[in-house]
Amino acid sequence: MKKVRFTQIEGGQGFWALLAILGAVIAAGLGAVYYMEHNGHWVTGMNNQIVWGMPHVFAIFLIVAASGALNVASIGSVFGKSMYKPLAPLSGLLAITLLAGGLAVLVLDLGRPDRLIVAMTKYNFKSIFAWNVILYTGFMVIVGVYLWTMLDRSMKKFSGKVGFVAFLWRLILTTGTGSIFGFLVSRQAFDEAIMAPMFIVMSFSFGLAVFLLVLMAAYRMTERPLGDAVLFRLKNLLGVFVGGVLYFVLAYHLMNLYATEHHGVEAFILRDGGIFTTLFWVVQIGLGSLLPLALLYHPSTGKSRSMIGTAAALVIIGGFAQVYVIVIGGQAYPMTIFPGFEATSTFADGAINAYSPTLAEVLLGFAGVAITLAATAVALKLLRFLPESLGDEQVVAKQDATAAVKAAA
Amino acid sequence: MSEQKHPDNARREFLTQGAKLAAGVSLASGVMLYGVAQAKPADEAVTSKVRWGMLIDTNKCTSGCDACVKGCNDWNGLKGHGRPSTDAQWMRKVDLRNKATGSVHSLPMLCQHCENPPCVDVCPTGASFKRPDGIVLVDKHICIGCRYCMMACPYKARSFIHEEVTDQRPHAPRGKGTVEACTMCVTRVDEGQQPACVEACNADGHKAILFGDLNDPNSEIAQTVKTYATTAIRADLGLNPGVRYRGI
Repeated sequence: MKKVRFTQIEGGQGFWALLAILGAVIAAGLGAVYYMEHNGHWVTGMNNQIVWGMPHVFAIFLIVAASGALNVASIGSVFGKSMYKPLAPLSGLLAITLLAGGLAVLVLDLGRPDRLIVAMTKYNFKSIFAWNVILYTGFMVIVGVYLWTMLDRSMKKFSGKVGFVAFLWRLILTTGTGSIFGFLVSRQAFDEAIMAPMFIVMSFSFGLAVFLLVLMAAYRMTERPLGDAVLFRLKNLLGVFVGGVLYFVLAYHLMNLYATEHHGVEAFILRDGGIFTTLFWVVQIGLGSLLPLALLYHPSTGKSRSMIGTAAALVIIGGFAQVYVIVIGGQAYPMTIFPGFEATSTFADGAINAYSPTLAEVLLGFAGVAITLAATAVALKLLRFLPESLGDEQVVAKQDATAAVKAAA
Repeated sequence: MSEQKHPDNARREFLTQGAKLAAGVSLASGVMLYGVAQAKPADEAVTSKVRWGMLIDTNKCTSGCDACVKGCNDWNGLKGHGRPSTDAQWMRKVDLRNKATGSVHSLPMLCQHCENPPCVDVCPTGASFKRPDGIVLVDKHICIGCRYCMMACPYKARSFIHEEVTDQRPHAPRGKGTVEACTMCVTRVDEGQQPACVEACNADGHKAILFGDLNDPNSEIAQTVKTYATTAIRADLGLNPGVRYRGI
């Protein structure tokens, strides 16, 4: 294994064009925020029944992916797999930028985003939301220090310990994100302890998919070598994570299907829910889980870079669908306030709640994605995050290179 | 907010004198006695000796009648914008049909003023809070509009203010981008009056809502809930709401 050299990326025309496009998306998102905040939320698709809409889907996806993106670094420093070590700086960077993008969306969708300082200074420690504010800021700081130990040679000796703290913190953080839903006793689709571990496995999958795509794009755009050994190892790992998410989804629905009180919500999501049912079966399970598994493990498509990239993109799309079904589908199903009764009222009691996202909400969501990508690109340009080469001979000992590629394929 | 101290001697004196006078009248007539006796001087802090509650008798509540809802909207200055999905509703009438027996009921739903309110548990800033006397409120100054309380409330009792509000009532301040719900007409209660919905229901002749101090063993509400079977909605959640129902 050769010594890995980390360098900044070149800032050619492509780099500036990318930044210009991302800047335009962010500007459009900020315009949407002004429009929504100026008029009030009635101009969005959200209402008194669906109180969390498209911005929350984007925000939760990005925040969940953020903790998952750190896994690659954790595998290197916590579990001692040396092949992952050159990838650690990009992994830590993406963890921070994904979280920043997600939090930006979350904050800008608040009814009073101007009161962010209140959220930072007044805490109700029984609220998992308040804990999350601390977990998110703590994550940024810890991963920031982790990156420092990677990039500054004099700090390198602390890398293992800080990496371990970061790994533990990210597990707690995603437990917190899942618990936002797990703690909601009032709603049939939530109120499940399984939400926390399910969100952790979702983060493994979404985070690695984003990491893989960014890695492939960065190496392609900067024309740096990216060997099969690294790529095949990562795509196999992605397959394992996708399978893990499927297992948790199965366990969640089987448990609900067993209890009569949950039959209504299960029938809604799995059979009668219209858009939610379609999103669940077609996008989340079909396109977002089974198809990527086939692409990643099939002997021919599993060796094709375009197919690996496609699979990662499908995992991301399936992940969005999954978060949409959880967040919006869970609110669309009527709350059981009067068990055993049919209810009607002027406030949608007993009725399936409708939600159609507006352009403004979607723009805000994409602005969060653009913030993530722009911050990543700028950081790659300013600091030495990317190895000059991730060719096979670079990451594994020469005689092992062929064997590693074969094993991974 | 729990410590409400507004030293206003003139007002206090007036209230005290007024209360004495009214108490005298009540004693003479034999009605109204405890209602006035519960009036709290303005400079006295709210205490947990009192637990305000309501008992709603669905047998006296008529389907199609929404006098209580109108009373609430009038007093609190809630006006619709012709957009039912985003208009605030602190109180609503719900019609129920028992799926097994076919029996039908009509009742008003409002904030149930739980003893263990999930909205207070989940609120990140502490804007959702419970007064010692059991009234659950939102501090409009520190609500950031995250809507987590709306996700958590098992009664759908809360509304988000989706637009600028005009012509606000001085006693019911509201603000775009924050969450609100029934306040049990807290300013009226502090002055010894009944909530607006109770008054409106009584004025309409139904007398379906009984308001009072659940902690006072001699109060009519405490006596009634002790004597008759009453229901807490979603009692399985163990929240011990201050609003209870009869007849369902």
